[in-house]
Amino acid sequence: MIFFDDVSKFYNHNTVALKNVTFRVRPKEFVTLVGSSGAGKTTLLKLFIREEEPSEGRIFLDGIEVTAINRKTLHHVRRRIGTVFQDYKLLPSMTAYENVAFAMEAADRYDAEIEEDVPQVLELVGLKDKTQNFPNQLSGGEKQRVAIARALVNRPDVILADEPAANLDPINTWGIIKLLQKINDLGTTVILATHDKEIINTIDKRVIVLEKGEIISDQEKGKYLV
Amino acid sequence: MSKKVTFRRVIKIGYLSFRRNGWLSTATILVMALVLFVLGNLVFLGAFANTVLNNFESKIDISVYFTGDAPEENVLQVKREVEQLADVSEVAYVSKDEALALFREKHKANALIADALEELGDNPLAASLNIRARDPSNYAAISDFLLQKNYPIVDKVNYFENQAVIDRLSSIMSTVRGSGALLALFLAFVAVLVAFNTVRLAIYTLREEIGIMRLVGATQWFIRGPFLIGGIIYGVIAAAATILIFFPLTWLATPKLTLLVQDFNLFQYFISNFAEFFAIMFLTGVALGTISSFIAIRRYLEI
Repeated sequence: MIFFDDVSKFYNHNTVALKNVTFRVRPKEFVTLVGSSGAGKTTLLKLFIREEEPSEGRIFLDGIEVTAINRKTLHHVRRRIGTVFQDYKLLPSMTAYENVAFAMEAADRYDAEIEEDVPQVLELVGLKDKTQNFPNQLSGGEKQRVAIARALVNRPDVILADEPAANLDPINTWGIIKLLQKINDLGTTVILATHDKEIINTIDKRVIVLEKGEIISDQEKGKYLV
Repeated sequence: MSKKVTFRRVIKIGYLSFRRNGWLSTATILVMALVLFVLGNLVFLGAFANTVLNNFESKIDISVYFTGDAPEENVLQVKREVEQLADVSEVAYVSKDEALALFREKHKANALIADALEELGDNPLAASLNIRARDPSNYAAISDFLLQKNYPIVDKVNYFENQAVIDRLSSIMSTVRGSGALLALFLAFVAVLVAFNTVRLAIYTLREEIGIMRLVGATQWFIRGPFLIGGIIYGVIAAAATILIFFPLTWLATPKLTLLVQDFNLFQYFISNFAEFFAIMFLTGVALGTISSFIAIRRYLEI
């Protein structure tokens, strides 16, 4: 269970990024976070993994107050959350394989597991042939898929995906969305941030709409009508 | 997961990052090598200055002249007593005959002096003791001792004539020693700052990667580790490069320095102190690399 308890985020005292955001996400749920750019989607995800600190409010993951965890032990909760960043955040001096393997190495996984899982997950995202390429040798869409592979590989409880299809052509976009749906079917909570109307309407799952940092609608099987 | 596996991964990632950020690593090593080079030269300069100062010191002594009719055994008795003093490092006895021989040798080109000596027939020179102190500032105490004893056979002690010069030299030398050490310390401090800033800059360019590693769930030590490994590699390579450069450099500089100060052989000094030098370079290099990395990375880990 994810619980945002009256969370607000202000920049420079008067710029509001998020305002009194409260919602719950049940385990294994698929939630789409919608809003035009600047509505606060990315901020919300950043607060969840403590890349940024909320100005007010608390955030919980399965009863643990994420916003109260000491920085030194933050990695425990981060390993339970797989994040696909909008700007990919790949390590430029590591190959696609190493980028994915790093997340497993950092999470103290066994070598045998790493050697088995990394190629599998890279094949799953369709990058079997480019495992030894460095990020600057990959296209935007390919980088995005490495980022997805890295987010998946530790079998997290929650996947956060921030505009994971922004740089993909329509065919690849659907590939990614289907992949996320499949992961969700296998029991992982997914929070997907997007402003792509078509994606939202096709997924046909719960939709939370943000506008100027506030939740203006939260519907099961929502459509993006705005 | 065992500590051994984690350690192996840290080393692997550190080495990969070092190798793949080739230009950054090369630039950092170059600056570190330069810093070690400066530090090494400070050590050489210290040794050189020491030799020069010791050279000066060895030229200072005081002489005790005895009356012309002083019996040799009495003179030798004074010599023994002076030798008992803690401040005295060496006492040389010059007999009347030796003094004459030295005088003749010194003025053998001057016929007039030789003739004058022939004319005199007798040996006009006095026996003397040349006293060398452990430290130039001790001469006053030694002279005081001789004065107090008031030996009847002592004609004069030349310290009192040269007192001003000896004191002056003594104070100059202690000033050179003190300010030299201070200057060396200051230069070493600057060099260390430069090394620290270079490593800091290298880590600054990698700060985003540090943040990414944190966000995908790495512990602070798992991220810090590879950077410390990188710091060690910087230090080791820079030290090795510096030592390699010092071989031909000291060898080439030695003849020129020997012209300046005869008993200073830089290459010999380098070779005979190689173990210490090796240790200083490597320890300083590795310490600079790791400590700088450790300090520089701290703030970027706070994510």
